[in-house]
Amino acid sequence: MTAMLRLINVSRRFGGLIAVNNVSFELRAGEIVGLIGPNGAGKTTLVNLITGVHRAGAGEIWYGSERIDRLPPDRIARRGIARTFQVVQPFPLMTVLENVTGGALFAGGVPTIRAAKEKAMEHLTFTGLSHLAERPASALTLANRKRLELAKSLATNPRLLLLDEVNAGLNAAEIDAALDLIRAIAERGITIMLIEHVMKVVLKATSRVLVLHHGELIADDTPGNVTRDPRVIEAYLGSKFAARYGSLAP
Amino acid sequence: MMRVLAFAVAVVLVMLPALADNYLLRVATTMLMYSALALGWNFIGGFAGYPSFATAAFFGLGAYASGVLQTKGVPMPAAWALGGAIVAVFAAALGRAILHLRGHYFAIASLVVAEVLREITNSATDLTGGGMGLNLPVLSLDVTAQARLFYYAMLVAAAAALATTALVAHNRLGFGLRCIQQNEDAAIMLGINTLRYKVVAFVLSAVFPGVCGGIYASWVNYIDPTDVYDVLLSVKPIVMVLLGGVGTVMGGVYGAVLFLLMEELVWRNLLQFHAGLLGIIVVCLVLFLPHGLRGAGWAKLWRRRTGEAAP
Amino acid sequence: MLYVQVLVNGLVLGGLYSCIAVGFSLVWGVLNVINILHGSLIILGSYAAFFAYQYLHINPFLFVPVAALLLFCLGYAIQLVFINRVMGSPVLITLTLTFGLNLLLYNLMILAFKADFRKVTLSPPLGSINLGGVIVPIDRLISMGFALALVGLLYALLRGSRIGRAIVAVRMDREAAQLMGVNVKRIYAITFGLGAAMAGAAGSLFSVMFPISPETANALLGKAFVICVLGGLGSVPGVMVGGLTLGIIESYSALFFGPEYSVTISFTLLILLLMFRPTGIMGRRGYQ
Repeated sequence: MTAMLRLINVSRRFGGLIAVNNVSFELRAGEIVGLIGPNGAGKTTLVNLITGVHRAGAGEIWYGSERIDRLPPDRIARRGIARTFQVVQPFPLMTVLENVTGGALFAGGVPTIRAAKEKAMEHLTFTGLSHLAERPASALTLANRKRLELAKSLATNPRLLLLDEVNAGLNAAEIDAALDLIRAIAERGITIMLIEHVMKVVLKATSRVLVLHHGELIADDTPGNVTRDPRVIEAYLGSKFAARYGSLAP
Repeated sequence: MMRVLAFAVAVVLVMLPALADNYLLRVATTMLMYSALALGWNFIGGFAGYPSFATAAFFGLGAYASGVLQTKGVPMPAAWALGGAIVAVFAAALGRAILHLRGHYFAIASLVVAEVLREITNSATDLTGGGMGLNLPVLSLDVTAQARLFYYAMLVAAAAALATTALVAHNRLGFGLRCIQQNEDAAIMLGINTLRYKVVAFVLSAVFPGVCGGIYASWVNYIDPTDVYDVLLSVKPIVMVLLGGVGTVMGGVYGAVLFLLMEELVWRNLLQFHAGLLGIIVVCLVLFLPHGLRGAGWAKLWRRRTGEAAP
Repeated sequence: MLYVQVLVNGLVLGGLYSCIAVGFSLVWGVLNVINILHGSLIILGSYAAFFAYQYLHINPFLFVPVAALLLFCLGYAIQLVFINRVMGSPVLITLTLTFGLNLLLYNLMILAFKADFRKVTLSPPLGSINLGGVIVPIDRLISMGFALALVGLLYALLRGSRIGRAIVAVRMDREAAQLMGVNVKRIYAITFGLGAAMAGAAGSLFSVMFPISPETANALLGKAFVICVLGGLGSVPGVMVGGLTLGIIESYSALFFGPEYSVTISFTLLILLLMFRPTGIMGRRGYQ
């Protein structure tokens, strides 16, 4: 079975800084995979490389049987890879509905604006935003903006969804709701990669965790094993945390 | 109600030559030209949000392309169409070259193109007459017939510009351009090929001024580089659209009408202070009416406008 | 030998060009406003120097600080009254505003001074000196010296003084500067004033070397554009590099193509730069 996404020896530097260093891993269809690591480890850069925002300096990125590391971001989006931004990027003066319609109309492949709006309404209902459909996107709370980001991405009909710190800035209740949403998305057959600092989410939702440190992949294992990995503990988790959450992980 | 009004206006416009004298007809022809220029600019400046100052370049190029063709014997309407086509091709190439720039850099590049074209036209004396200008073949029609002819020509150009604007505003292209204007990086991530969309908008913003330039050249029979590449031809359409509402369908038309009224009623008498008065109007417009005259209370249309508030 | 003469001509011209452009670059870099008025402000400084020479017999070189002061006040006022209201607005708005202000200033100058050309003819004339076979007119040499000194002074001001550091801070991060207690509004006005002052000083120097008319303003603005893009926006050394480079390019192109093409050539250069390397020779960096 071909992996859905394959990175082979991918590297990227910015001037003197090596942001991503010789990273290789695979994502298989239907998985929910976590990507963790300290700030500055290169997580967002990795997402940018996969989605075509940056070009890899070395290595290959394969999506199914097609090599995508040389494609521009809009073409990659049309092939079914979607991402959310850490700092949300809405179309501020357009309504919530119009924002999501944009996703459906272009990468989502819906031919007319009217049909795209209908599809968009479905996605808004799925993410719990339908009551805000006619509000301008800039008027939303942070939690709702994150949902809007998610709805936009879903509208593009992705097979692979990269969520970049979707839970940053949310309180406990909001995080639980987000967790449910993520599981619901996975049930639709979409492969998800979660970049997260909120360990509760990583441990509860993912079946596999990748750990990035100084641009290098230092672990690629189940959440349980990762929280017990001494390298990961030293680089990121800290021993107190590891002891506390060790019991939570499967 | 609106439809009845629109129909009435259309009827008046078509019947105008039978009702008006030559002076009024001339004013109306100018108004139609201004509308076409403003509507043209709106594609790139309003819908896509890219501050283009290239209108003068396209107008001048259209004027000269059509004018030169006519001096070589090409019949007038064909020359207008060919002139428009030449401008469109030029805009496509120029767009590919400069639309990756944003903000100020794009504005400067678009501004400077007119200057470069003007200098080139000035130097190509054999072809264009250089600084001494170009004389176009005179038509064998009487004054009134000519006034009507050019009126209808500009009417067709303006109507085509308006129809295209309405079409684009409600279709995929317009939606995509709006996304680009709101947040270009997000637009790319949603699968929009932004360069292609921007180039289309740029070409649309060129072809109408280009055709108008051709018609204008035939209308006035004599053009020179300083006249048709004048930077004010880039600034005035922007002012008109700012007045009438950026990124809307009718904004260019309302602004053009208003601008022309001001120009005819107030300005004509102050020839010495023409530029200065335009400057004052621009300053007042920018400082006090940033959303144009339609800014007050039209909430839905407001949202479709360029984000003018500070982020 | 001819080529060396042309090179020296270019360098001397380039010094003046740097002074012409540095005010424009400062305003663009710190306020993110393209000051279409810049060319007209230079010409205003030129006229001030011209009339001071004609009626008060003040040497234009000595008039430089006066021109700078006068234009500083004007620039400060313009920013405070007009441009301040559109800070943070999209490019279209700020550009259209400065366009409008320039139309007004231009028209006022035409009405006041008429469009015919004036030139300061120093009496007694200063003549030229011969540096190893290369002939340099003394007035140009002194202009270049003043120009470079002024640019150096601005550089020192930005690096050394409190106001200068505040300007650089605002350029780098407006909000952080505010948190540090910097009165951003006042800094913006001072920066614009400084830009205008440099324009006025450059104008004073310009009046000695070239004929002036309100029509010249656009060409000067164009040169400022090219120099900023050429040298890279946001640094005084960049403006120096850009100014000297443009001076040399114009000097050589006048030799090969004739002086009437200098505007076309510099604008074509500008477009090519914007297409392929908008960050210019030195690249973009914060104000230093």
